[in-house]
Amino acid sequence: MTLAVDRPDPAAPVVDKAEKRRAQITGGVLVALAAFIVLVFGDASGDATFRLSRARDVWVIGDLVVPALPVIYVAAALTAFLGALLFLRGGGRWTTLSLGAGLALAVIAFLLWATAGNAFSLTGMLQATVVRAMPIALGALAAVFCERVAVVNIAIEGMLLAGAFTGALMGSLIGGWGGLLSAVVVGGIFGFILAALVVTYRMDQIIAGVVINLFVLGLTSYVSSQVFAEMRHLNNAPVFRAVKLPLLGDIPVIGPMLFHQNIFVYGALVMVAVSTYYLFHTRSGLRARAVGEHPRAADTLGIDVYWTRYLHVTLGGMIAGFGGAWFTLGSVGRFDENMTGGRGFIALAAMIFGRWHPVGALLAALVFGFSDSLQQKLALLQTPIPSEFLAMAPYVATIIVVAGLIGRARAPAADGKPYIKD
Amino acid sequence: MEVELRGITKRFGPVVANQDVNLTIRPGEVLGLLGENGAGKSTLMNVLCGLYRPDAGEILIDGAPVSFSGPGDAIAAGIGMVHQHFMLVPVFTVAENVVLGVEPTGRFDHLDLETARRKVREIGEAYGLTADPDALVEGLPVGVQQRVEIIKVLFRSANVLILDEPTAVLTPQEVSDFFEIVTSLRDSGKAIVFITHKLNEILDISDRISVLRGGRIIGEGDPRQMTKAQLAEMMVGRPVRFDVEKTSFAPGEALLEVDGLTVLRDNGELAVDNVSLSVRSGEVVGLAGVQGNGQSALIEAITGLSRPAQGRIRFLGEDITAASVRSRHRMGMAHIPEDRQHVGLIPGFTVAENMVLDSYYDDRFSRGPQVRWTNVQEWSAGAILDFDIRTPSVFAEAGHLSGGNQQKLIVARELARDTKFVVAAQPTRGLDVGSIEYIHARLMAARAEGDGVLLMSSELDEILALADRILVMFKGRIVAEFHTSEAPPEKSEIGLAMAGVAA
Repeated sequence: MTLAVDRPDPAAPVVDKAEKRRAQITGGVLVALAAFIVLVFGDASGDATFRLSRARDVWVIGDLVVPALPVIYVAAALTAFLGALLFLRGGGRWTTLSLGAGLALAVIAFLLWATAGNAFSLTGMLQATVVRAMPIALGALAAVFCERVAVVNIAIEGMLLAGAFTGALMGSLIGGWGGLLSAVVVGGIFGFILAALVVTYRMDQIIAGVVINLFVLGLTSYVSSQVFAEMRHLNNAPVFRAVKLPLLGDIPVIGPMLFHQNIFVYGALVMVAVSTYYLFHTRSGLRARAVGEHPRAADTLGIDVYWTRYLHVTLGGMIAGFGGAWFTLGSVGRFDENMTGGRGFIALAAMIFGRWHPVGALLAALVFGFSDSLQQKLALLQTPIPSEFLAMAPYVATIIVVAGLIGRARAPAADGKPYIKD
Repeated sequence: MEVELRGITKRFGPVVANQDVNLTIRPGEVLGLLGENGAGKSTLMNVLCGLYRPDAGEILIDGAPVSFSGPGDAIAAGIGMVHQHFMLVPVFTVAENVVLGVEPTGRFDHLDLETARRKVREIGEAYGLTADPDALVEGLPVGVQQRVEIIKVLFRSANVLILDEPTAVLTPQEVSDFFEIVTSLRDSGKAIVFITHKLNEILDISDRISVLRGGRIIGEGDPRQMTKAQLAEMMVGRPVRFDVEKTSFAPGEALLEVDGLTVLRDNGELAVDNVSLSVRSGEVVGLAGVQGNGQSALIEAITGLSRPAQGRIRFLGEDITAASVRSRHRMGMAHIPEDRQHVGLIPGFTVAENMVLDSYYDDRFSRGPQVRWTNVQEWSAGAILDFDIRTPSVFAEAGHLSGGNQQKLIVARELARDTKFVVAAQPTRGLDVGSIEYIHARLMAARAEGDGVLLMSSELDEILALADRILVMFKGRIVAEFHTSEAPPEKSEIGLAMAGVAA
């Protein structure tokens, strides 16, 4: 008694429509970007000289001399080509990849334009990129630990600031290592407080985070302006100097970037590696992720959801405390009011851009670190752009990355939700 | 391993969920635990699997009393539960889900997934439970996910398996596969508790039946000597009618015409794929299909909750494709939504407030910006009586009513006016037999008055009992149509269509 209902030919591919439109819009943006490159950077003249090594390096390699204008035109042409390709037959993963490539080309064109007729140390900038990426990478790693167990940690900013402050104060009192250890402990304490507020007392996670941020900001600003101003010896911590690893540190370009750095860079790289192993290859990591994805399932299997959350949020706090110490012990040795300047929030963006993965977070942090060091170096090149605009670079990069490049990244399913055992 | 529950009592505040329950679970036997929703079946089993601690009574394993302080203890004792809502992590692989909580590890806490995969395959071969250990769970059909749940329990070397409403999410074909698995588990000496409110199933599969009502064991028996009617009476506490009273089928003109409708999900996937259908006056059209095949999206588009990507919807001759929800409502479309807790009502509002969610703007209930609460309350009180809603007052919070009364509240709101067309999505899911009878009768009354009814349900029995015409959806398309007025179709035929097997 079955009537097979007539099937018309396979339905029109409506699914692709939305995707196609997105690809076309992106393509249009890329073509516009190409036009922008030509119009704005088209007045470059002379060669741009990028220095790759310093005179006293063991292996000296020659400078990279690039004729600015032709390469800018090539970059514009490539961007336009990518845009046209996307517009005509784009879709799928190519959309995001092409947009990323287009933005990278625009940055290259910008660098050439700014350097044209001038010389500029590329290696130095890359080294600074790594250094400046570290607090963001560590903050993002801390956030990964929290969000993998479904606690949204908006207090990363406050934890970084607390780490910076503690590093300066305790570093001045008991030396660099003591300061570093204290920063880690204080970060852990704030992690524990956050865990207590959101896990045990089920406070709204955003509000709890904001409360911690405001508390830390207020307290450290007060002490810094009232106490440090009077007693300068309390805000004069030793700085961890860069240590050059033998042999590895002499490799051109890569050497100074990765193997001639201070303890924060080495520490962050090791932590990223260890965290990746921990989260994805160990029993505890599997359990932690289960708690973030489906806490009730974890509970029925005898995994203690609350304890797991406390542990990882506290660990995250400790990592953020370590990252915060970078601002003082790894950089200037002195604490200034609100010296983290929103790096904790950029770290959250890096975590999302890095798809909740330690390595992804590190790579995303490098993108932000690059824009940060770029603005710093460009200020020295005397470009016609006002320095205030250059200082916006890391934040502009955040907006572009979060709005444009993040594809279908998926947060842990239970992220932000309190778990109520009944 | 024999498990005995002795004198188990469990209270939640003033509510007694289980009272002095005695139950014995024996190896090599399927114990059917029958009861309505809210009878205390799940509470009892949660006590047994260590999630709840009983207020009184004890659990004995092979005669020795044990006490569980958490699910871990029950698992260690060999008691495993397959929950009604699967406890699987969607983004983990089958192997990862199976070992979660009892992971084999190497040095440095390293997860030994190779051993996990091997175990999954071994268990699969031993009991006929095939599942690819490396597949992501979210990509698997529900039937396979259920197998993963069972493998998970067996991996923990459980000897007692508690299956909580295991067939609720399966197609008829999957149910018969599932029964084979249950039989093979029983034959290998496992003790199985099969919890359900479906009478046919419990008669098919159990070796012994216990009936729970109001938190107490009301009767026990041998399925070979019991009839459906007896069991139903035990379960509900009064004789139950299984057939629905239907007036003769006399369809009028078409009320709703859907033409070439395509609806996308939020993520851009195709939910409804070029569907055309019509519902006539005085006709109940049943929309069958396994959950997630586009029925919900189709209903959202018809009721105006989502915009279709393509196609036309005509209602009473007018094109309503882009019409607002309120204008559809005012044209006489009633909607009993699928998710009564989140869409159907606002649990924190009172009964009276919920009763006028769709008509508060009406002159009866408001004067300018001001709500005429007295009128609202009077009208609600009347509807409460008419629709037999059991509530302490119109001021009670809707969230505090039982599921059946919440549903009656929604039915009252939607049907206590001049309707022409009723969309009912899963109108009786999770309800007790009494409420089901009542809601069926109301839908039939609407049909008798000349309304068209579009009934979506995952309960095939419900669709077969009520519908004049059955449409089966699979992967967003209507793949089969059956006319019950001519000759009742076989359940297996519909089941095949639901599974996507071309008719």
